Amino acid sequence: MSDASPRHFDAPRAQPSEPLRRFLQVARGAGLRVSAAEGIDAARAVDLVGYHDRTLLKDTLALVLAKTPEEKALYDEAFELYFRRAEFAKAASLDNAEAPAHAGQAGAADRADETGSSGPAPLLQLLDSDDRATLASALESAARAIGIEKIRLFTQKNLYIRQILDRMGLREVEAQIAALRASGGADDDERAQRLSARLERLRDAARDHVERALLLYGRAETEQLRERMLKSARLANIDPSQHERIRVLVRKMAKRIATRYAIQRRKRQRGQLDVRRTLRRNMGWGGVPFVTAWKQRRIEKPRVMVLCDVSGSVAWVAQFLLMFIYALTEVLSDIRSFVYTSSLIEVSEILERNGIDAAIAQVTDTMAFGTSNYGTSLEDFEAGWMREVTSKTTVIILGDARGNDTDPRTDIVERLAQRAKRIVWLNPEPRSAWGSGDSDMYRYAPYCTPARVCSTLNDLERVITDLLDRAR
Amino acid sequence: MQPCGPTALIPSESFMPSSQTRSSLPPIESIESVLAGLGAAGYIASRPIATAIYIAQHLQKPILVEGPAGVGKTELAKSVASWLALPLIRMQCYEGLDEAKALYEWKYGKQLLYTQILREKVGTVIGETDDLASAIRRLDAFGDIFFSKTFLEPRPLLRALEQPQGAVLLIDEIDKSDQEFEAFLLELLSDYQVSIPEIGSITAAVAPLVLLTSNSTRDLGDALKRRCLHLHIGFPDEKLEARIIASRVPGIEARLLAQLVSFVQQLRALDLKKQPSVSESIDWARVLVLLHASVLEEQTVRDTLNVLLKFESDIDAARGHVAHLTQKAQQAVAMEG
Repeated sequence: MSDASPRHFDAPRAQPSEPLRRFLQVARGAGLRVSAAEGIDAARAVDLVGYHDRTLLKDTLALVLAKTPEEKALYDEAFELYFRRAEFAKAASLDNAEAPAHAGQAGAADRADETGSSGPAPLLQLLDSDDRATLASALESAARAIGIEKIRLFTQKNLYIRQILDRMGLREVEAQIAALRASGGADDDERAQRLSARLERLRDAARDHVERALLLYGRAETEQLRERMLKSARLANIDPSQHERIRVLVRKMAKRIATRYAIQRRKRQRGQLDVRRTLRRNMGWGGVPFVTAWKQRRIEKPRVMVLCDVSGSVAWVAQFLLMFIYALTEVLSDIRSFVYTSSLIEVSEILERNGIDAAIAQVTDTMAFGTSNYGTSLEDFEAGWMREVTSKTTVIILGDARGNDTDPRTDIVERLAQRAKRIVWLNPEPRSAWGSGDSDMYRYAPYCTPARVCSTLNDLERVITDLLDRAR
Repeated sequence: MQPCGPTALIPSESFMPSSQTRSSLPPIESIESVLAGLGAAGYIASRPIATAIYIAQHLQKPILVEGPAGVGKTELAKSVASWLALPLIRMQCYEGLDEAKALYEWKYGKQLLYTQILREKVGTVIGETDDLASAIRRLDAFGDIFFSKTFLEPRPLLRALEQPQGAVLLIDEIDKSDQEFEAFLLELLSDYQVSIPEIGSITAAVAPLVLLTSNSTRDLGDALKRRCLHLHIGFPDEKLEARIIASRVPGIEARLLAQLVSFVQQLRALDLKKQPSVSESIDWARVLVLLHASVLEEQTVRDTLNVLLKFESDIDAARGHVAHLTQKAQQAVAMEG
């Protein structure tokens, strides 16, 4: 055996190099969760394979950084975005190498950027000679010098553009242009015009650069802001263009809840000795019970029946409620779902077979947007499925309880409440509207534990968490 | 008071917790050598797979392999083992798997038997002492004889750490095990050592190459994922699949092979409960060779569809497409030819 220390502790080489460090930041911005340990692994892996082979680099970093199919997709995107940009910069510097005449200028530009000293305005020279490759690399290093990777919000865009240009020596060029204009000579005027046209182009380039940087580094922050807004907005008011985003969000929220509740599925029952397991565990002591094992009870997953109104504005909430519920199959069992307007049908099978997104469109199509009648819908439920409601079933009813002045049939709800573990009524209307006009909410409310307002994603999350908490 | 003299502690055996003395497997030279080595072992690997093995071996990190059933996750571990000429130690996970079955167990029977047999011997050893305290000291001098390696039954994980030349450790279908077991694996995966309360921690002589496979029936914990490299093996593309089948079914005709692969690839695009995997296409190729088919024909496809698809509903769904897909497969191959 050699006494070499394990390779884990090869500390000096585990420091991520500059381009990698930036990429890790980009990856985090894109939504990958990269821990410090994984960052070190990435550095070690890159030390091993180097930067020369792009595909190899991509495969390698994918192994270390992206650990689910979704993360792989995010990673691919971030990698392409980041390394395309890096390549662009490299191409620019290659241009310089091919044109040695400009090498001195490029060096000067870099030096000026590094030290921040103005010296003889290099930007003016660059604009005069219209040396685009050098301009591009000067732009790149100016952006780096002002810390472009700190950009987080799209509102900061103009600020960063201005800072980059200032850093490159915009003021002097502007002063120069003003001076040239003031002098009034035809030559000077022409030069001023040429300069300001090129300056405009530089400004565009800077804008492109900043926008790309925002895409790379700022995405997480912008996403978070948008998520916060979407979670607290009323679902009925959210623009249909945002629905895809909401779907993603719902899935994410559901997953978080699912992992939280999936962990504890067993509960110890103190006081009841598990004889078989105790004997087994104490065999090492000749069966003398030093260590005791207690009987455990498996916690049952809540059985859920969901009744959704799909008329009018409630339909949107119904869609997201169903989506939420079906994303929780890990922690719920036996989900049965029903939709109703004036009559009620079971849709569990359609939902399971076709996936929520497609199925809901299909269901709402077949049910049409009729006027709701709670009485007849509840009759349908009692006739068809009341027998299957047991004391373990939680019934969730989603609806605004506006039956257009029809008989609310609260007696059915009463019988349902007796059979079921409990009824949760979710109403998308604010509490102040309950009981007004044709709303029968207060007639149903006594049988529900509880009746709640549910109009935003945050409300939905609260309802679901409550459902699972009570199951414990 | 009697001064407690230093008792002569005789190590019962040289099985003491070893300090950090771990060497590694001889390093793999390059990714090309992985490709060639696995190829020689009968496993046609894609570049990302070879990269994963290469990196894992150099970084001494376990690989978590995910992907649909039948794409060769388990096969990969077997092939790596046969290529590197290392023993393959396989542990199948299932719900309820615990330390006693995965790591070690005390040989209770042997312990009991020995105490019975040795009762007299023990009697003579402590016979001459006059009080209890000195008898206990006397006994202490023998160390924990009954909790030493002689009485330890190594299970797969411990066996993998003990292999003098190193080993390939395959932890199969980790997603089937409980969350507690996953947590238990963490120490092994990050430091290649395990703790046995009575003995101490045991560090691997040579760090084994560890592969974990998962079919994603449940999400694995972040802690586990963080410690592993993550390799996703999907369905191979047409070229790779053809190479894989050719290496596994040597007798197959080139034209049949091309048509078969094209057909399977199209079949995967259909909306099926379980898509046919590589293992299924290999089986199908074997069946077709047995039937002496030289080209893909509609009737043969119909008769043998149950080799590819494992659900009645899938077979029903695919039946309607057979004529069309067969034709397309024939055309595609004809165009290439």
